[in-house]
Amino acid sequence: MSPVRRRDALRLAGAALALSACGVKGRAASTDVASFWAGKRRTGRLSWANWPGYLEDDRATLTSFEKDTGIRVAYREAIQEMGPWFGKIRAPLAAGQSIGFDLMVMTNGIQLEQCRRLGYLAPLDLSRLPNFAAHAAPEFRNPSYDPGNAFTVPYESGITGIAYNTKYVDEEITSIAQLFSPKYRGRVGMMSDAQELGSFGLFSLGVDPETSRPPDWEKAAARLREQRDAGIVRKYYTQDYVDAVSKGDVWLTMAWSGDVYTLTSPDVKFVVPSEGGTLWTDNLCIPRTAVSPVDALTLMDWLYLPAHNAPLTEFVNYITPVAGVREIVRRDAARAAGRERDDLTRLGASPLVFPSPSDMARLRRYRRLSPDEQSRYLGVFEPIARGS
Amino acid sequence: MPFSRRLAPYLLVLPGGLWLAVFFVVPVAMMASLSLQTGNLIDGFRQTFHWQNYTDGLSTYGDAFVRSLWYGFLATILCLALAYPAAYWIAFRAGPRKSTYLLLLLIPYFVSFVLRTVAWKLVLTDNGPVLGPLRDHGIVPSDFHVLDTGTAVIAGLTYTYLPFMVLPIYVALERLDPRLIEAAHDLHAGRAATFARVVLPLSLPGVFAGVVMTFVPASSDYVNAEILGGPRNTMIGNVIQAQYFDDGAYPVASALSFTLMAILLAGIFLYARALGTRGILDTTAP
Amino acid sequence: MTTRPTRRLSALHLYTLLLTAWLILPIAVMILFGFNDVHGKQNFRWEGFTLKWYTHLLAKPDLTIAAINSLTIATLSTAMATALGTPLGLALARHKFRGRATTTAVLFLIIACPELVLGASLLSMFVTFNIPRGYPTILAAHTMVSIAFMTTTVRARAVTLDPSLEEAAEDLGATPWPRFRLITLPLVTPGILAGALLAFVLSIDDFVITNFTSGTTITLPLWIWASTRTGTPPQVNVLGTLIFAAATTLTLLTARRK
Repeated sequence: MSPVRRRDALRLAGAALALSACGVKGRAASTDVASFWAGKRRTGRLSWANWPGYLEDDRATLTSFEKDTGIRVAYREAIQEMGPWFGKIRAPLAAGQSIGFDLMVMTNGIQLEQCRRLGYLAPLDLSRLPNFAAHAAPEFRNPSYDPGNAFTVPYESGITGIAYNTKYVDEEITSIAQLFSPKYRGRVGMMSDAQELGSFGLFSLGVDPETSRPPDWEKAAARLREQRDAGIVRKYYTQDYVDAVSKGDVWLTMAWSGDVYTLTSPDVKFVVPSEGGTLWTDNLCIPRTAVSPVDALTLMDWLYLPAHNAPLTEFVNYITPVAGVREIVRRDAARAAGRERDDLTRLGASPLVFPSPSDMARLRRYRRLSPDEQSRYLGVFEPIARGS
Repeated sequence: MPFSRRLAPYLLVLPGGLWLAVFFVVPVAMMASLSLQTGNLIDGFRQTFHWQNYTDGLSTYGDAFVRSLWYGFLATILCLALAYPAAYWIAFRAGPRKSTYLLLLLIPYFVSFVLRTVAWKLVLTDNGPVLGPLRDHGIVPSDFHVLDTGTAVIAGLTYTYLPFMVLPIYVALERLDPRLIEAAHDLHAGRAATFARVVLPLSLPGVFAGVVMTFVPASSDYVNAEILGGPRNTMIGNVIQAQYFDDGAYPVASALSFTLMAILLAGIFLYARALGTRGILDTTAP
Repeated sequence: MTTRPTRRLSALHLYTLLLTAWLILPIAVMILFGFNDVHGKQNFRWEGFTLKWYTHLLAKPDLTIAAINSLTIATLSTAMATALGTPLGLALARHKFRGRATTTAVLFLIIACPELVLGASLLSMFVTFNIPRGYPTILAAHTMVSIAFMTTTVRARAVTLDPSLEEAAEDLGATPWPRFRLITLPLVTPGILAGALLAFVLSIDDFVITNFTSGTTITLPLWIWASTRTGTPPQVNVLGTLIFAAATTLTLLTARRK
């Protein structure tokens, strides 16, 4: 698919989703936005739940945010996985109680969809997000999982593709089919997450996960079971494949772009497979019961100024949704010296952090699942990684 | 005075007893109740006496159950075989160095067991300090690996719970009156006979306690299988854990936990009866 | 006849040494990699010696918070278990009362139950009553487990005491409190100390029960578990080493007091 056609497809998809969004029970209707934000005031405090490794160790970004706005931020790496996180916040959110956080980072997927549907998220007042309006890259606006950015704005994105260790694999890896090759028996790593695993199973059949149907799921699951039972899969990983592939315990594995980028080992390469890869996005969103939603909104918008976002991207090494960051990274590289200069130059040139249009064209999102489809989907894919 | 004397034990027991009631008895009852409910995280759960939670859970994850008990059994046997000689030596022959050795055996407990398991991963990795040289010298085939196999999980379990086996056996042997051994020798019993007729039987309460204290946590462990195991080494602990946290399938998870508890407790009681040992508390107390 | 036993003995001795070495090996690995001069996020290849992780121990704010949580929870739960478990142990050792058998059975169940089941049942209760999980729920759960161990050690110590000592004190006119403070307490103190040490060590290392009761509160083992996914930073090894050193010292001191 050429980049041009991809853009057309995006536009089409956007239109279709805008239409379908009208059907979402009017939760994001403008009256809701107005009534939610009515009377909400700045408190000068903000507590933010994020994933580990998603902010500089010295919290430099927060320091400059605090200096700019006077809002004090309590930042916690409280989120490790989406399932457990949802399990933790569900009870207080259902009861209308604060979860102790005003801002959280959730991956597009089952739990975010549930939070949206259950009305656990504050509808965003886009008029108060001028930087988002001005600087969000087109491919991160109006995403399929949250039409019209009604509840979320992207924080960072990543690609699920294949990482392989060139010390052990002597051919070029280009496709998912190679993950199923008996040649690599006992040397393949797959992900245990049902959505990640399911998507790759579907790609391997040539099916687009986003538009896949239950019969496709069954077929994909059968294929994945075959791969497992033939002893090709060494292990189903959550995220510890990084260690395994760089040490050579597995030779090729499903992997996330940012992880591979951060690897010190130059032997490990990352590819977006020819059948397709998954584009996932971690999103900033505000729980409806937040104590300081205005402050949270302020941070969201503040992060969308390229100058504010660039240092974050320089640390996190995932794909930023903010346009214009690459130019800043390159400028920083030109100004820096020594090792830092090398690091920034590499970052500015990296297709893992700034993917090429041809890579982007091959990327798909997870299947969006209604509650009924969700239990069916999980029932099909979840037992595979558990050996059942 | 007599009144307060009669009241005294209740005053002593009440605060602690209440705590145990609220945070152990009630939770177990709630788990039993939850295991018969239907529903999901979003709509909430309702009591419907849905016994299928038990049959569904067991039919889907029965293999994991069997595997857990099997791994637990193997790890316990290995622990017993490894622990007994060491406990014996420390109890009878270590002399003044007794407490030093005991401390050395307990020392792993001062390090987070997650961290210990991670360290094992570092040691056992394919190109690590153990397997790397073995493969380079052609002692093991090139595709041989330990990490991500059942062997690694059982070895990890054995490692983790070994001190649980050493301690009670040591305590039992230490309590043994040396005059009994002398008496056996005076009666011309050989070394082997003395061991088989005197030492071993008297150490059985310790062995019993050790087996229980090893088997229970080993068969319900999930950290070892998660970090050291592969796709075919899932234990019931992993399933229960995932059902609670990843799937929010509380009723089935509760049913599986309850079954696990029932099996293990029933096992302990049958085992205790068969061995004729009364009250684990008497033998586990330091 | 005299040489054979010696040879046999040294074989067993050697065996014990090897077993000990095996037990200590991963700890040595942990300590060693706390001195590893790593550059990336992965700490598994030796890259040179450095002390920087000791000087930058507090550079990971969330790790520091997790460590503080673990320490305070272990301290508080040990204190609470001492306060609640000591009287319970004394009562079981020296009084007959209704519910004694039930209490003993409950204590047995707590010690015999897999941690997974304890955690799962607590989670079931918190979910059923919609109790938000966090620091207080972790503390309550740890205290529950620690009470069981505390009671057991205190009871074991108290049953060995000679009741005539207390009777003598009573005959001499000592009222219950001084009698307890001057006679009973000093006598059971070794039991309390052993129980407290056990409670503290169990609490600070607890992963399973904490995982079920933690909500969004993070303790050291939970943080380490999470970090195994993205690469455990050397500071974790350093913290592990420090806790290890502290616990060993503490045990040596307690052992000496006995």
